[in-house]
Amino acid sequence: MILSTRDLTVAFGPVRAVDGVDLDLGAGEILALVGESGCGKTTLARTLLGLEKPTAGTVSFEGRPLDYKRLKGYRRQVQLVLQDPLGALNPRHTVYDAVAEGLRIHRVPGDEQELVAQALSRAGLRPPERFFLRYPHELSGGQRQRVVIAGALVLEPRVLIADEPVSSLDASVRGEILSLLLRLRDELSLTVLVVTHDLGLAWNIADRVAVMYLGRIVECGPAADVLQSPEHPYTQALLSVVPDVGHTEQIVLSGEPPDPARIPSGCRFHPRCPVVMAECATTMLAVLSPDAGHHVACLRHR
Amino acid sequence: MSLLEFRDVTVDYASAEGPIPAVRGVTLLVERGEVLGIAGESGCGKSTLAATVLRLLPENAAIGGEMLLDDVDVLTMKWGKLRSVRWAEAAIVFQGALHALNPVQSIGDQIAEPIRLHKTAKDVDARVAQLLMQVGLPASRAKSYPHQLSGGQRQRVMIAMALACSPDLIVADEPTTALDVMVQAQVLDLLTGLVRDLGMGMVLISHDLGVLGTTCDRIAVMYAGQVVETGAALEIFDHPKHPYTKALAGAFPRVGDPAARYAPVGLPGDPPYPGDIPAGCAFHPRCPIAVDECTSASVALVDGVRCIRVGA
Amino acid sequence: MSSVATQRRKAAFGRFWTTYRHDRAGMAGLIILVFFVLVAILAPILIPDDALDVTKADGERFDGPSLAYPLGTDDSGRSLILLLAYGTRISLTVGIAATLVAMIIGTAVGIMAGHFRGPGSHVLVGATDWFLVIPFLPLAIVLATVLGPSTLNLIIVIGITSWAGTARLIRAQTLSIEERPYIERSKALGAGNWHQMTRHVLPNVLPLVLANTTLTVAIVILSETTLSFLGLGDPLAPSWGALLDRAFSSGAVSRGAWWFVLPPGICVVLVVLAFTLVGRALERILDPRGATA
Repeated sequence: MILSTRDLTVAFGPVRAVDGVDLDLGAGEILALVGESGCGKTTLARTLLGLEKPTAGTVSFEGRPLDYKRLKGYRRQVQLVLQDPLGALNPRHTVYDAVAEGLRIHRVPGDEQELVAQALSRAGLRPPERFFLRYPHELSGGQRQRVVIAGALVLEPRVLIADEPVSSLDASVRGEILSLLLRLRDELSLTVLVVTHDLGLAWNIADRVAVMYLGRIVECGPAADVLQSPEHPYTQALLSVVPDVGHTEQIVLSGEPPDPARIPSGCRFHPRCPVVMAECATTMLAVLSPDAGHHVACLRHR
Repeated sequence: MSLLEFRDVTVDYASAEGPIPAVRGVTLLVERGEVLGIAGESGCGKSTLAATVLRLLPENAAIGGEMLLDDVDVLTMKWGKLRSVRWAEAAIVFQGALHALNPVQSIGDQIAEPIRLHKTAKDVDARVAQLLMQVGLPASRAKSYPHQLSGGQRQRVMIAMALACSPDLIVADEPTTALDVMVQAQVLDLLTGLVRDLGMGMVLISHDLGVLGTTCDRIAVMYAGQVVETGAALEIFDHPKHPYTKALAGAFPRVGDPAARYAPVGLPGDPPYPGDIPAGCAFHPRCPIAVDECTSASVALVDGVRCIRVGA
Repeated sequence: MSSVATQRRKAAFGRFWTTYRHDRAGMAGLIILVFFVLVAILAPILIPDDALDVTKADGERFDGPSLAYPLGTDDSGRSLILLLAYGTRISLTVGIAATLVAMIIGTAVGIMAGHFRGPGSHVLVGATDWFLVIPFLPLAIVLATVLGPSTLNLIIVIGITSWAGTARLIRAQTLSIEERPYIERSKALGAGNWHQMTRHVLPNVLPLVLANTTLTVAIVILSETTLSFLGLGDPLAPSWGALLDRAFSSGAVSRGAWWFVLPPGICVVLVVLAFTLVGRALERILDPRGATA
């Protein structure tokens, strides 16, 4: 296990963004963390990166809990790809500077120019020299995202955490970035955690899927299983509303996910659940096991 | 008589480097009670086309062709008539609805604004309450301010505003982008329900072919200012003919489709800037089946597809 | 590779210069500035030190403009135009030096106050507010009196009392820059506070700093003039403010010796105007691109 969390809780005052998560990321796997806005997936991702401190519970890398006083070394191993490539790059820095930044911060020995060229190349920008002196606003959306990925790759991390890596890119451009992530996993044994609300994306590239709702993982397991045979009513509803012609009947949930500062008692999904039972409001559900099997947090699936 | 008809509409923006063609000859029809989807990505001209419906383009835009609303050309209307048409016959739900609301006015006041301008109801408050209920919001929300509402709720307010003067046509520009899937489903349900119940026509613009496939009757796919494919929504979604449509459909894979597993579909390069459109077929630099001819001759729309390698 | 980067920078400067050239107000200000700077630089070379020496003055006291003395003489018979030229040196030197002090303190405090959260930043913000609220003149008078009359002390006093406005501006800009995702990316890459502040915040804040600097120089020169006029500067240094002080205290006004009273004041106005025009021109050119980055 490369990256693990146990009983992870991240709260901002009364808001419990992450409310008890056990997660295991294996080497070379692509895990899709899906959920709607406010479910806590971005907070979970940032906590895994060390950008947020847990209120309770632990984050461990290669079996050892993170040392929050000495995160710099950890940062080389676990890198971030942000949602908006235009915002993620300093408009006054050239592509070369943007990619070399990580090398300079960590004082990585070796020929800087060669390392930058290699990273740009791996990210699909060839010939890399042609991009050295360009500025972000001179590049297309897809190219910018590749630069951000190159900036992460140059440190040769073990894990890449991608927060909505393609949602701000044009639809016809998304495929090439997703293919790049797959290729990096195959060629470099990179472990990738993709945070997304797009279930189609999960179907495209994920090995495993974890569905989050109000700070907890409510269902997880192999992608093919979770996406084709969902067991949790929330997952079923989400999948049913993905626009798809000729699909089975849509389960459109009413209202919106409640405030994470006032999490419902018992099963946190019970107020909106189409198949709710009496006991759902009172029985607390355990945090799901982090292993690779298909797990559901639902009283109907004991 | 169609509700809305675009006849060879062209829009050029004046610029220091010469005219920039945002829309290059679009001909489309929308009937009453019908939902037409326009699919495309950035730079294809779909938002510009939407803005021409009510002549909401900036000063430096030169519009050609005709745009008929109930058989009257909007593009040559006198200003007074245009103002009375705006909102009362056709209304737009804008892209980025979250920012299109005035943060210092209550939503009730903002919905009331077109009603007051067009004097379409005697009891404005009652009408506002009715509209809020139609879009699924409690009438008591009229006093709330935009920042007190969620994204989905604000989008509903935008729709209520569009319905305020009972228009015959609604143009919805990317109404569900930036919304979660569940909220998106709620908003789309609402829109299609309204079209059905009130007998309106709707033009739905989106880059998500899946959304269009499930809510529209017909779809027109735009690329670089032109329509490259048009047809029944189900046909376009299940059996796209133009290589661009195929790529666009592939970008939204069906969950459960084994062919899409570990095989993301995408195109190299980027959609062209309107000022920099390739010669011949605008799509040829990115097209997987392009041949030499594609780079020289401009291509006509034949049988609903603009491609020399397809059909016939 | 670095030579290509230098070429790019040169090209960028070339573009900036072309734009600046077309800004008439900016060019007017620049020409006036260049004139005064040349005077300041050439003064010690072209003018003998004797011109300042009261004991060597051989002109008639309070003599009007003539060929030998183009701007007349002062109360000791020294040539006024030569005194003015020397005064340019002092006013500009104090102006630029004090501005540098103010800008360095102001930018550093501003960036740190914007970047750090917690008690340290509260202290910095509090100090900024304090210096903003305290009326400039009384504070400057107190400090100058305490430190004693000299040009160096004047620089210190003005520097200390002028940094707060800049700090406030820079802090606001820093806060907005820190919202950008590229700062988060930098953190994720492992950057520490120093790296984030110097490599990301500072370059994006610099255009604003530059424009603000030229405007600050204008204010500083006025401050220097005021303090010298009040007798708090070096009594031997013929800065424009000091000249005005002499003019008033020696009765030049009642004698109608306008050549003693007007020229120093006009020089101050011209230089302040020049810096203001240049500063505003810089803001116009740099701000639309810079402040939105």
